[in-house]
Amino acid sequence: MVSIDVWNASVDFPIFDAKSRSLKKLALGKVGGKIGSEGRVPIIEALHDITLSLNDGDRVGLVGHNGAGKSTLLRLLAGIYEPTRGQSRIVGKVAPVFDLGVGMDPEISGHENIMIRGLFLGMTRKQMEKRVDDIAEFTELGDYLQMPLRTYSTGMRVRLALGVVTSINPEILLLDEGIGAVDAAFMAKARDRLKDLVARSGLLVFANHSDEFLAEFCDTAIWMDEGHVKMHGGLREVLTAYKGFDPFERMHEHDPTPVLSGNGGD
Amino acid sequence: MQATSTLDQPEAPPAVKSRSFKRAFADVREAWDHRELWGHLGWQDIKQRYRRSVIGPLWITISMGTTALALGLLYSVLFKTEVATFLPYVTVGFIVWNFIVGCVTEGTDVFIANEGLIKHLPAPITVHVMRMVWRQVLFLVHNLVVYVVVLAIFFTSLNHEYRIAADSPLQPGLSWTMVLAIPGFVLLAVNAVWIALLFGVISTRFRDIPPVVNSFINLVFFMTPIVWDAGVLNRVTGGGDGDWRMLIAELNPVYHFVEIVRAPLLGHTVDWHHWAIAGGFTLFGWFAALVILRNYRARVSYWV
Repeated sequence: MVSIDVWNASVDFPIFDAKSRSLKKLALGKVGGKIGSEGRVPIIEALHDITLSLNDGDRVGLVGHNGAGKSTLLRLLAGIYEPTRGQSRIVGKVAPVFDLGVGMDPEISGHENIMIRGLFLGMTRKQMEKRVDDIAEFTELGDYLQMPLRTYSTGMRVRLALGVVTSINPEILLLDEGIGAVDAAFMAKARDRLKDLVARSGLLVFANHSDEFLAEFCDTAIWMDEGHVKMHGGLREVLTAYKGFDPFERMHEHDPTPVLSGNGGD
Repeated sequence: MQATSTLDQPEAPPAVKSRSFKRAFADVREAWDHRELWGHLGWQDIKQRYRRSVIGPLWITISMGTTALALGLLYSVLFKTEVATFLPYVTVGFIVWNFIVGCVTEGTDVFIANEGLIKHLPAPITVHVMRMVWRQVLFLVHNLVVYVVVLAIFFTSLNHEYRIAADSPLQPGLSWTMVLAIPGFVLLAVNAVWIALLFGVISTRFRDIPPVVNSFINLVFFMTPIVWDAGVLNRVTGGGDGDWRMLIAELNPVYHFVEIVRAPLLGHTVDWHHWAIAGGFTLFGWFAALVILRNYRARVSYWV
Protein backbone atom coordinates (compact mmCIF):
# COMPACT_ATOMS: atom_id res chain seq x y z
CA MET A 1 0.00 0.00 0.00
CA VAL A 2 1.48 3.26 -1.13
CA SER A 3 0.63 6.48 0.62
CA ILE A 4 1.93 9.86 1.64
CA ASP A 5 0.38 11.57 4.62
CA VAL A 6 1.36 14.99 5.81
CA TRP A 7 -0.10 16.59 8.91
CA ASN A 8 0.17 20.35 9.54
CA ALA A 9 3.68 20.27 8.18
CA SER A 10 5.80 23.37 7.85
CA VAL A 11 9.20 23.71 6.26
CA ASP A 12 11.27 26.63 7.53
CA PHE A 13 14.70 27.33 6.18
CA PRO A 14 17.11 29.05 8.48
CA ILE A 15 19.22 31.46 6.45
CA PHE A 16 22.64 31.64 8.01
CA ASP A 17 24.74 34.44 6.69
CA ALA A 18 28.46 34.16 7.22
CA LYS A 19 28.28 35.80 10.62
CA SER A 20 25.40 34.10 12.30
CA ARG A 21 26.67 30.75 11.10
CA SER A 22 29.82 30.99 13.17
CA LEU A 23 30.34 29.68 16.65
CA LYS A 24 31.72 33.03 17.71
CA LYS A 25 28.42 34.73 17.48
CA LEU A 26 26.64 31.97 19.37
CA ALA A 27 29.25 32.09 22.11
CA LEU A 28 29.25 35.86 22.39
CA GLY A 29 25.49 35.88 22.34
CA LYS A 30 25.51 33.72 25.43
CA VAL A 31 28.03 35.88 27.19
CA GLY A 32 25.85 38.86 26.56
CA GLY A 33 23.03 37.18 28.40
CA LYS A 34 20.75 36.51 25.45
CA ILE A 35 20.71 32.88 24.58
CA GLY A 36 18.20 32.37 21.77
CA SER A 37 20.70 33.03 19.02
CA GLU A 38 18.45 30.90 16.81
CA GLY A 39 15.94 33.72 16.99
CA ARG A 40 18.34 36.02 15.19
CA VAL A 41 18.68 33.68 12.26
CA PRO A 42 16.24 34.82 9.60
CA ILE A 43 13.85 32.11 8.54
CA ILE A 44 12.13 31.53 5.26
CA GLU A 45 8.84 29.79 5.65
CA ALA A 46 8.84 27.77 2.46
CA LEU A 47 5.84 25.67 3.37
CA HIS A 48 3.22 26.51 5.92
CA ASP A 49 0.73 24.18 7.54
CA ILE A 50 0.42 21.61 4.81
CA THR A 51 -2.05 18.79 5.36
CA LEU A 52 -2.29 16.24 2.59
CA SER A 53 -3.21 12.64 2.14
CA LEU A 54 -2.22 10.97 -1.09
CA ASN A 55 -2.93 7.35 -1.81
CA ASP A 56 -2.49 4.61 -4.30
CA GLY A 57 -3.69 5.62 -7.75
CA ASP A 58 -3.49 9.36 -7.17
CA ARG A 59 -2.09 11.37 -10.02
CA VAL A 60 -1.60 14.87 -8.79
CA GLY A 61 -0.58 17.92 -10.76
CA LEU A 62 1.19 20.66 -8.87
CA VAL A 63 0.64 24.22 -10.04
CA GLY A 64 1.60 27.61 -8.69
CA HIS A 65 3.79 30.60 -9.40
CA ASN A 66 7.56 30.51 -9.17
CA GLY A 67 8.56 30.40 -5.54
CA ALA A 68 5.18 29.16 -4.40
CA GLY A 69 6.78 26.12 -2.81
CA LYS A 70 6.21 23.46 -5.46
CA SER A 71 9.76 22.10 -5.43
CA THR A 72 9.96 22.27 -1.65
CA LEU A 73 6.69 20.38 -1.39
CA LEU A 74 8.05 17.70 -3.72
CA ARG A 75 11.11 17.37 -1.49
CA LEU A 76 8.91 17.12 1.56
CA LEU A 77 6.93 14.37 -0.16
CA ALA A 78 10.18 12.63 -1.10
CA GLY A 79 11.30 12.62 2.53
CA ILE A 80 14.35 14.77 1.79
CA TYR A 81 13.06 17.48 4.10
CA GLU A 82 11.41 16.31 7.26
CA PRO A 83 8.90 18.94 8.40
CA THR A 84 10.21 21.42 10.96
CA ARG A 85 6.76 21.41 12.55
CA GLY A 86 4.03 18.87 12.02
CA GLN A 87 4.56 15.36 10.76
CA SER A 88 4.83 13.33 7.62
CA ARG A 89 4.72 9.67 6.76
CA ILE A 90 5.78 8.21 3.45
CA VAL A 91 5.07 4.59 2.65
CA GLY A 92 6.52 3.29 -0.60
CA LYS A 93 9.59 3.43 -2.78
CA VAL A 94 10.16 7.03 -3.86
CA ALA A 95 11.76 8.04 -7.15
CA PRO A 96 12.25 11.77 -7.55
CA VAL A 97 13.29 13.61 -10.69
CA PHE A 98 14.15 17.15 -9.58
CA ASP A 99 16.46 19.82 -10.98
CA LEU A 100 18.58 17.97 -13.40
CA GLY A 101 22.23 18.63 -13.41
CA VAL A 102 22.33 18.70 -9.64
CA GLY A 103 22.58 15.33 -8.05
CA MET A 104 24.40 13.96 -11.04
CA ASP A 105 28.16 13.93 -11.27
CA PRO A 106 29.21 15.83 -14.43
CA GLU A 107 32.63 14.22 -14.59
CA ILE A 108 31.56 10.61 -14.84
CA SER A 109 29.91 8.90 -17.78
CA GLY A 110 26.20 8.70 -18.40
CA HIS A 111 26.43 4.97 -17.88
CA GLU A 112 27.93 5.44 -14.41
CA ASN A 113 25.33 8.05 -13.57
CA ILE A 114 22.57 5.60 -14.46
CA MET A 115 24.14 3.08 -12.11
CA ILE A 116 24.52 5.55 -9.24
CA ARG A 117 21.00 6.93 -9.56
CA GLY A 118 19.63 3.41 -9.63
CA LEU A 119 21.58 2.45 -6.54
CA PHE A 120 20.37 5.57 -4.75
CA LEU A 121 16.81 4.64 -5.60
CA GLY A 122 17.25 1.31 -3.89
CA MET A 123 18.23 -0.99 -6.76
CA THR A 124 21.11 -3.43 -6.64
CA ARG A 125 24.01 -3.39 -9.07
CA LYS A 126 22.84 -6.55 -10.77
CA GLN A 127 19.35 -5.22 -11.26
CA MET A 128 20.75 -2.03 -12.77
CA GLU A 129 23.14 -3.86 -15.08
CA LYS A 130 20.17 -5.73 -16.52
CA ARG A 131 18.37 -2.47 -17.15
CA VAL A 132 21.20 -0.47 -18.62
CA ASP A 133 20.62 -1.69 -22.18
CA ASP A 134 16.94 -0.98 -21.88
CA ILE A 135 17.68 2.54 -20.63
CA ALA A 136 20.23 3.11 -23.39
CA GLU A 137 17.68 2.11 -25.97
CA PHE A 138 14.88 4.16 -24.44
CA THR A 139 16.96 7.31 -24.04
CA GLU A 140 18.45 6.93 -27.55
CA LEU A 141 21.74 8.15 -26.13
CA GLY A 142 23.65 5.17 -27.52
CA ASP A 143 27.41 5.64 -27.44
CA TYR A 144 26.93 8.95 -25.67
CA LEU A 145 26.48 6.99 -22.47
CA GLN A 146 30.25 6.46 -22.41
CA MET A 147 30.85 10.23 -22.46
CA PRO A 148 31.12 12.29 -19.27
CA LEU A 149 27.86 13.89 -18.28
CA ARG A 150 29.23 17.43 -18.66
CA THR A 151 29.05 16.97 -22.43
CA TYR A 152 25.28 16.40 -22.23
CA SER A 153 22.64 18.97 -23.03
CA THR A 154 19.84 19.60 -20.53
CA GLY A 155 17.44 17.57 -22.63
CA MET A 156 19.85 14.64 -22.68
CA ARG A 157 20.12 14.73 -18.90
CA VAL A 158 16.36 14.69 -18.62
CA ARG A 159 16.27 11.68 -20.89
CA LEU A 160 18.76 9.92 -18.70
CA ALA A 161 16.90 10.69 -15.48
CA LEU A 162 13.56 9.69 -16.98
CA GLY A 163 15.12 6.55 -18.38
CA VAL A 164 16.27 5.53 -14.92
CA VAL A 165 13.05 6.24 -13.03
CA THR A 166 10.81 4.68 -15.64
CA SER A 167 12.88 1.49 -15.67
CA ILE A 168 12.87 0.76 -11.96
CA ASN A 169 9.17 0.51 -11.08
CA PRO A 170 9.02 3.11 -8.35
CA GLU A 171 5.89 3.25 -6.23
CA ILE A 172 5.92 7.01 -5.79
CA LEU A 173 7.06 9.11 -8.71
CA LEU A 174 7.80 12.79 -8.09
CA LEU A 175 8.54 14.94 -11.13
CA ASP A 176 9.62 18.55 -11.05
CA GLU A 177 9.04 20.90 -13.93
CA GLY A 178 12.55 20.43 -15.35
CA ILE A 179 11.41 17.52 -17.44
CA GLY A 180 9.84 19.93 -19.93
CA ALA A 181 13.31 20.29 -21.50
CA VAL A 182 13.04 17.27 -23.73
CA ASP A 183 11.93 17.51 -27.34
CA ALA A 184 8.41 16.63 -28.40
CA ALA A 185 9.33 13.37 -30.09
CA PHE A 186 10.98 12.04 -26.96
CA MET A 187 8.18 13.33 -24.76
CA ALA A 188 5.69 11.39 -26.82
CA LYS A 189 7.73 8.29 -26.22
CA ALA A 190 8.26 9.01 -22.54
CA ARG A 191 4.56 9.71 -22.15
CA ASP A 192 3.61 6.15 -22.95
CA ARG A 193 6.14 4.81 -20.49
CA LEU A 194 5.17 7.27 -17.81
CA LYS A 195 1.48 6.52 -18.28
CA ASP A 196 2.20 2.86 -18.06
CA LEU A 197 4.34 3.43 -15.00
CA VAL A 198 1.74 5.57 -13.27
CA ALA A 199 -0.93 2.98 -14.00
CA ARG A 200 1.26 0.28 -12.45
CA SER A 201 2.81 2.13 -9.60
CA GLY A 202 0.29 4.14 -7.89
CA LEU A 203 1.34 7.60 -6.99
CA LEU A 204 2.47 10.49 -9.16
CA VAL A 205 3.05 14.09 -8.20
CA PHE A 206 3.97 16.23 -11.15
CA ALA A 207 4.87 19.92 -11.04
CA ASN A 208 4.40 21.59 -14.40
CA HIS A 209 3.28 24.78 -16.08
CA SER A 210 1.99 23.08 -19.18
CA ASP A 211 -1.73 22.36 -19.27
CA GLU A 212 -1.16 19.66 -21.86
CA PHE A 213 1.26 17.74 -19.67
CA LEU A 214 -1.02 18.05 -16.68
CA ALA A 215 -4.06 16.98 -18.66
CA GLU A 216 -2.11 14.04 -19.95
CA PHE A 217 -0.92 12.62 -16.65
CA CYS A 218 -3.00 13.95 -13.82
CA ASP A 219 -6.58 13.83 -12.65
CA THR A 220 -6.32 15.92 -9.52
CA ALA A 221 -4.28 19.01 -8.76
CA ILE A 222 -2.84 21.03 -5.93
CA TRP A 223 -2.46 24.77 -6.28
CA MET A 224 0.37 26.07 -4.18
CA ASP A 225 0.52 29.71 -3.25
CA GLU A 226 3.06 31.30 -0.91
CA GLY A 227 3.75 28.02 0.82
CA HIS A 228 0.11 27.15 1.40
CA VAL A 229 -2.11 24.66 -0.33
CA LYS A 230 -4.54 27.14 -1.85
CA MET A 231 -6.69 24.53 -3.50
CA HIS A 232 -6.75 20.77 -3.79
CA GLY A 233 -9.28 19.10 -6.04
CA GLY A 234 -10.10 17.93 -9.53
CA LEU A 235 -7.58 18.96 -12.16
CA ARG A 236 -9.98 21.00 -14.24
CA GLU A 237 -11.43 22.83 -11.29
CA VAL A 238 -8.05 23.75 -9.88
CA LEU A 239 -6.62 24.84 -13.23
CA THR A 240 -9.68 26.95 -13.91
CA ALA A 241 -9.34 28.66 -10.56
CA TYR A 242 -5.60 29.09 -10.96
CA LYS A 243 -5.64 30.44 -14.49
CA GLY A 244 -8.91 32.29 -14.33
CA PHE A 245 -10.30 30.41 -17.34
CA ASP A 246 -10.91 26.82 -18.27
CA PRO A 247 -7.80 25.68 -20.09
CA PHE A 248 -9.39 22.44 -21.27
CA GLU A 249 -12.07 24.22 -23.23
CA ARG A 250 -9.46 26.23 -25.08
CA MET A 251 -7.36 23.19 -25.68
CA HIS A 252 -10.21 21.46 -27.37
CA GLU A 253 -11.33 24.50 -29.35
CA HIS A 254 -7.99 25.22 -30.95
CA ASP A 255 -6.43 21.85 -31.12
CA PRO A 256 -8.49 18.75 -30.78
CA THR A 257 -5.53 16.55 -29.93
CA PRO A 258 -3.03 17.62 -27.28
CA VAL A 259 -0.17 19.50 -28.87
CA LEU A 260 2.57 17.11 -27.97
CA SER A 261 1.07 13.95 -29.28
CA GLY A 262 0.43 15.90 -32.49
CA ASN A 263 4.18 16.38 -32.85
CA GLY A 264 4.86 12.93 -31.61
CA GLY A 265 5.56 11.44 -34.95
CA ASP A 266 3.80 8.12 -35.40
CA MET B 1 -4.80 3.03 6.50
CA GLN B 2 -7.24 5.79 5.81
CA ALA B 3 -10.00 5.79 3.28
CA THR B 4 -8.60 6.10 -0.21
CA SER B 5 -10.28 9.27 -1.37
CA THR B 6 -7.80 11.96 -2.24
CA LEU B 7 -9.68 14.74 -0.61
CA ASP B 8 -9.98 13.02 2.75
CA GLN B 9 -8.20 14.83 5.50
CA PRO B 10 -6.20 12.48 7.66
CA GLU B 11 -7.41 12.35 11.21
CA ALA B 12 -4.76 11.09 13.59
CA PRO B 13 -1.15 12.21 13.41
CA PRO B 14 1.31 9.34 13.04
CA ALA B 15 3.14 8.06 16.07
CA VAL B 16 6.52 8.22 14.31
CA LYS B 17 8.61 10.99 15.76
CA SER B 18 11.37 12.57 13.75
CA ARG B 19 13.69 12.99 16.73
CA SER B 20 14.12 9.56 18.19
CA PHE B 21 16.93 7.10 18.71
CA LYS B 22 14.91 4.67 16.65
CA ARG B 23 15.24 6.95 13.64
CA ALA B 24 18.93 7.52 14.35
CA PHE B 25 19.58 3.78 14.46
CA ALA B 26 17.42 3.29 11.38
CA ASP B 27 19.58 5.79 9.52
CA VAL B 28 22.74 3.85 10.30
CA ARG B 29 21.12 0.51 9.59
CA GLU B 30 19.66 1.62 6.27
CA ALA B 31 23.03 3.03 5.31
CA TRP B 32 24.49 -0.41 5.94
CA ASP B 33 21.81 -1.92 3.72
CA HIS B 34 22.88 0.51 1.01
CA ARG B 35 26.45 -0.85 1.08
CA GLU B 36 26.36 -1.60 -2.62
CA LEU B 37 25.72 2.10 -3.20
CA TRP B 38 28.54 3.52 -1.09
CA GLY B 39 30.84 0.71 -2.12
CA HIS B 40 30.32 1.70 -5.71
CA LEU B 41 30.58 5.43 -5.01
CA GLY B 42 33.81 4.98 -3.07
CA TRP B 43 35.44 3.11 -5.94
CA GLN B 44 34.09 5.70 -8.32
CA ASP B 45 35.75 8.47 -6.30
CA ILE B 46 39.15 6.83 -6.60
CA LYS B 47 38.76 6.09 -10.29
CA GLN B 48 37.49 9.61 -10.85
CA ARG B 49 40.40 11.27 -9.13
CA TYR B 50 42.91 9.57 -11.38
CA ARG B 51 40.83 9.23 -14.52
CA ARG B 52 43.07 11.24 -16.80
CA SER B 53 46.41 10.47 -15.22
CA VAL B 54 48.69 7.91 -16.79
CA ILE B 55 49.66 5.80 -13.79
CA GLY B 56 46.43 6.54 -11.96
CA PRO B 57 45.95 5.35 -8.38
CA LEU B 58 49.60 4.32 -8.27
CA TRP B 59 50.21 7.97 -7.38
CA ILE B 60 48.68 7.29 -3.97
CA THR B 61 51.28 4.59 -3.40
CA ILE B 62 54.16 6.62 -4.79
CA SER B 63 53.49 9.67 -2.66
CA MET B 64 53.21 7.52 0.45
CA GLY B 65 56.41 5.70 -0.47
CA THR B 66 58.47 8.86 -0.88
CA THR B 67 57.12 10.45 2.30
CA ALA B 68 57.73 7.34 4.36
CA LEU B 69 61.24 6.94 2.95
CA ALA B 70 62.20 10.56 3.56
CA LEU B 71 60.70 10.74 7.06
CA GLY B 72 62.11 7.34 8.02
CA LEU B 73 65.63 8.25 6.95
CA LEU B 74 65.54 11.71 8.47
CA TYR B 75 64.20 10.68 11.85
CA SER B 76 66.37 7.59 12.18
CA VAL B 77 69.34 9.92 11.78
CA LEU B 78 67.92 12.51 14.19
CA PHE B 79 67.16 9.92 16.86
CA LYS B 80 70.32 7.93 16.07
CA THR B 81 68.36 4.72 15.59
CA GLU B 82 68.75 1.77 13.25
CA VAL B 83 67.21 2.55 9.83
CA ALA B 84 66.27 -1.09 9.30
CA THR B 85 63.83 -1.03 12.22
CA PHE B 86 62.93 2.66 12.34
CA LEU B 87 61.96 3.09 8.68
CA PRO B 88 59.26 0.34 8.89
CA TYR B 89 58.04 1.94 12.13
CA VAL B 90 57.63 5.36 10.53
CA THR B 91 56.08 3.86 7.39
CA VAL B 92 53.34 1.94 9.20
CA GLY B 93 52.66 4.81 11.57
CA PHE B 94 52.34 7.22 8.70
CA ILE B 95 50.03 4.92 6.73
CA VAL B 96 47.68 4.61 9.72
CA TRP B 97 47.92 8.34 10.40
CA ASN B 98 47.03 9.08 6.80
CA PHE B 99 43.83 7.11 7.19
CA ILE B 100 42.93 8.91 10.40
CA VAL B 101 43.64 12.37 9.06
CA GLY B 102 41.72 11.61 5.86
CA CYS B 103 38.66 10.51 7.80
CA VAL B 104 38.75 13.48 10.16
CA THR B 105 39.33 16.26 7.63
CA GLU B 106 37.05 14.85 4.96
CA GLY B 107 34.59 13.93 7.68
CA THR B 108 34.07 17.57 8.57
CA ASP B 109 33.27 18.23 4.95
CA VAL B 110 31.25 15.12 4.23
CA PHE B 111 27.76 16.62 4.07
CA ILE B 112 28.79 19.99 2.70
CA ALA B 113 30.52 18.29 -0.23
CA ASN B 114 27.47 16.13 -0.95
CA GLU B 115 24.96 18.98 -0.94
CA GLY B 116 23.62 18.10 -4.39
CA LEU B 117 22.98 14.47 -3.58
CA ILE B 118 21.46 15.23 -0.18
CA LYS B 119 18.99 17.70 -1.66
CA HIS B 120 18.01 15.61 -4.64
CA LEU B 121 17.89 11.99 -3.65
CA PRO B 122 16.37 10.66 -0.46
CA ALA B 123 18.91 8.50 1.34
CA PRO B 124 20.11 8.00 4.90
CA ILE B 125 22.78 10.61 5.64
CA THR B 126 25.13 7.93 6.97
CA VAL B 127 25.51 6.74 3.36
CA HIS B 128 27.69 9.76 2.62
CA VAL B 129 29.84 9.01 5.64
CA MET B 130 30.24 5.36 4.70
CA ARG B 131 31.24 6.36 1.19
CA MET B 132 33.95 8.64 2.54
CA VAL B 133 35.29 6.08 5.02
CA TRP B 134 35.27 3.38 2.36
CA ARG B 135 37.23 5.68 0.06
CA GLN B 136 39.80 6.18 2.82
CA VAL B 137 39.99 2.41 3.32
CA LEU B 138 40.76 2.03 -0.38
CA PHE B 139 43.49 4.66 -0.10
CA LEU B 140 44.92 2.72 2.80
CA VAL B 141 44.93 -0.47 0.75
CA HIS B 142 46.97 1.34 -1.90
CA ASN B 143 49.36 2.50 0.78
CA LEU B 144 49.76 -0.99 2.17
CA VAL B 145 51.78 -1.75 -0.96
CA VAL B 146 54.47 0.47 0.55
CA TYR B 147 54.28 -1.54 3.76
CA VAL B 148 54.70 -4.80 1.87
CA VAL B 149 57.74 -3.44 0.00
CA VAL B 150 59.34 -2.09 3.17
CA LEU B 151 58.63 -5.38 4.93
CA ALA B 152 60.25 -7.34 2.12
CA ILE B 153 63.39 -5.19 2.26
CA PHE B 154 63.81 -5.18 6.04
CA PHE B 155 62.30 -8.56 6.84
CA THR B 156 65.55 -9.97 8.18
CA SER B 157 65.79 -7.16 10.73
CA LEU B 158 62.22 -7.61 11.95
CA ASN B 159 61.68 -11.37 12.07
CA HIS B 160 63.56 -11.88 15.33
CA GLU B 161 63.70 -10.04 18.64
CA TYR B 162 64.82 -6.49 18.15
CA ARG B 163 64.89 -3.05 19.72
CA ILE B 164 63.90 0.17 17.93
CA ALA B 165 66.59 2.03 19.86
CA ALA B 166 69.43 0.74 21.93
CA ASP B 167 67.69 1.48 25.23
CA SER B 168 64.06 0.81 24.27
CA PRO B 169 62.21 -2.38 25.26
CA LEU B 170 62.88 -5.60 23.42
CA GLN B 171 60.21 -6.40 20.79
CA PRO B 172 59.32 -10.02 20.02
CA GLY B 173 59.57 -9.62 16.25
CA LEU B 174 57.12 -10.54 13.48
CA SER B 175 54.89 -13.55 14.08
CA TRP B 176 51.30 -14.72 13.69
CA THR B 177 50.25 -11.80 15.93
CA MET B 178 50.26 -9.77 12.72
CA VAL B 179 46.62 -10.77 12.19
CA LEU B 180 45.69 -8.68 15.23
CA ALA B 181 46.10 -5.68 12.96
CA ILE B 182 42.86 -6.67 11.26
CA PRO B 183 40.52 -6.30 14.27
CA GLY B 184 42.56 -3.25 15.21
CA PHE B 185 41.86 -1.65 11.87
CA VAL B 186 38.19 -2.63 11.97
CA LEU B 187 37.88 -0.85 15.32
CA LEU B 188 39.63 2.19 13.84
CA ALA B 189 37.25 2.25 10.85
CA VAL B 190 34.21 1.94 13.16
CA ASN B 191 35.52 5.00 14.96
CA ALA B 192 36.07 6.84 11.70
CA VAL B 193 32.33 6.52 11.00
CA TRP B 194 31.20 8.17 14.22
CA ILE B 195 33.86 10.86 13.95
CA ALA B 196 32.69 11.78 10.47
CA LEU B 197 29.03 11.70 11.54
CA LEU B 198 29.62 13.88 14.55
CA PHE B 199 31.99 16.37 12.97
CA GLY B 200 30.08 16.28 9.69
CA VAL B 201 26.78 17.34 11.26
CA ILE B 202 28.37 19.99 13.47
CA SER B 203 30.44 21.40 10.59
CA THR B 204 27.40 21.62 8.37
CA ARG B 205 25.81 23.91 10.92
CA PHE B 206 28.94 25.79 12.00
CA ARG B 207 31.22 26.36 9.05
CA ASP B 208 34.12 27.40 11.27
CA ILE B 209 34.71 23.86 12.40
CA PRO B 210 36.45 22.50 9.24
CA PRO B 211 39.25 25.13 9.28
CA VAL B 212 39.67 24.70 13.04
CA VAL B 213 40.00 20.93 12.66
CA ASN B 214 42.34 21.31 9.71
CA SER B 215 44.77 23.48 11.61
CA PHE B 216 44.52 21.47 14.80
CA ILE B 217 45.17 18.15 13.13
CA ASN B 218 48.76 19.08 12.24
CA LEU B 219 49.51 19.64 15.88
CA VAL B 220 48.08 16.22 16.67
CA PHE B 221 50.47 14.70 14.15
CA PHE B 222 53.50 16.05 15.96
CA MET B 223 52.10 15.12 19.36
CA THR B 224 51.45 11.52 18.34
CA PRO B 225 54.29 8.99 18.38
CA ILE B 226 54.53 8.44 14.63
CA VAL B 227 57.88 9.84 13.56
CA TRP B 228 59.12 9.37 17.12
CA ASP B 229 58.86 6.40 19.43
CA ALA B 230 56.80 6.79 22.62
CA GLY B 231 59.72 5.35 24.59
CA VAL B 232 61.73 8.46 23.80
CA LEU B 233 59.61 10.34 26.34
CA ASN B 234 61.27 8.33 29.07
CA ARG B 235 64.70 8.33 27.60
CA VAL B 236 65.20 12.09 27.34
CA THR B 237 65.32 12.33 31.11
CA GLY B 238 67.06 9.03 31.63
CA GLY B 239 63.96 7.16 32.83
CA GLY B 240 62.91 6.87 36.44
CA ASP B 241 60.90 9.96 37.24
CA GLY B 242 60.15 10.54 33.55
CA ASP B 243 56.86 8.64 33.80
CA TRP B 244 54.64 11.70 33.73
CA ARG B 245 56.01 12.50 30.29
CA MET B 246 54.35 9.38 28.99
CA LEU B 247 51.07 11.18 29.55
CA ILE B 248 51.83 13.26 26.44
CA ALA B 249 51.26 10.09 24.45
CA GLU B 250 48.84 8.31 26.76
CA LEU B 251 46.32 11.14 26.89
CA ASN B 252 46.18 11.27 23.11
CA PRO B 253 43.49 8.89 21.82
CA VAL B 254 45.08 8.85 18.38
CA TYR B 255 48.15 7.17 19.87
CA HIS B 256 46.11 4.19 21.07
CA PHE B 257 44.43 3.73 17.72
CA VAL B 258 47.71 3.96 15.87
CA GLU B 259 49.20 1.45 18.26
CA ILE B 260 46.52 -1.25 17.94
CA VAL B 261 47.12 -1.33 14.19
CA ARG B 262 50.84 -0.60 14.08
CA ALA B 263 52.19 -2.85 16.81
CA PRO B 264 51.11 -6.17 15.28
CA LEU B 265 52.28 -5.12 11.82
CA LEU B 266 55.79 -4.53 13.14
CA GLY B 267 55.97 -7.45 15.52
CA HIS B 268 55.81 -5.23 18.59
CA THR B 269 54.22 -6.29 21.85
CA VAL B 270 50.53 -5.40 21.76
CA ASP B 271 49.79 -3.67 24.99
CA TRP B 272 46.20 -4.47 25.96
CA HIS B 273 45.57 -1.16 27.58
CA HIS B 274 45.58 0.38 24.09
CA TRP B 275 42.68 -1.89 23.18
CA ALA B 276 40.80 -1.02 26.34
CA ILE B 277 41.16 2.71 25.79
CA ALA B 278 40.29 2.46 22.09
CA GLY B 279 37.23 0.37 22.96
CA GLY B 280 36.04 2.85 25.56
CA PHE B 281 36.56 5.69 23.15
CA THR B 282 34.46 3.83 20.57
CA LEU B 283 31.52 3.46 22.94
CA PHE B 284 31.72 7.05 24.09
CA GLY B 285 32.05 8.36 20.53
CA TRP B 286 29.19 6.35 19.10
CA PHE B 287 26.97 7.46 21.93
CA ALA B 288 27.78 11.11 21.20
CA ALA B 289 27.30 10.59 17.47
CA LEU B 290 23.93 8.89 17.99
CA VAL B 291 22.73 11.73 20.19
CA ILE B 292 23.70 14.23 17.50
CA LEU B 293 22.17 12.03 14.84
CA ARG B 294 18.96 11.75 16.83
CA ASN B 295 18.62 15.50 17.26
CA TYR B 296 20.00 16.88 14.02
CA ARG B 297 19.80 14.13 11.39
CA ALA B 298 16.74 15.71 9.81
CA ARG B 299 18.30 19.18 9.92
CA VAL B 300 21.26 18.33 7.71
CA SER B 301 19.29 18.71 4.49
CA TYR B 302 18.19 22.16 5.68
CA TRP B 303 21.68 23.26 6.63
CA VAL B 304 23.73 22.16 3.64
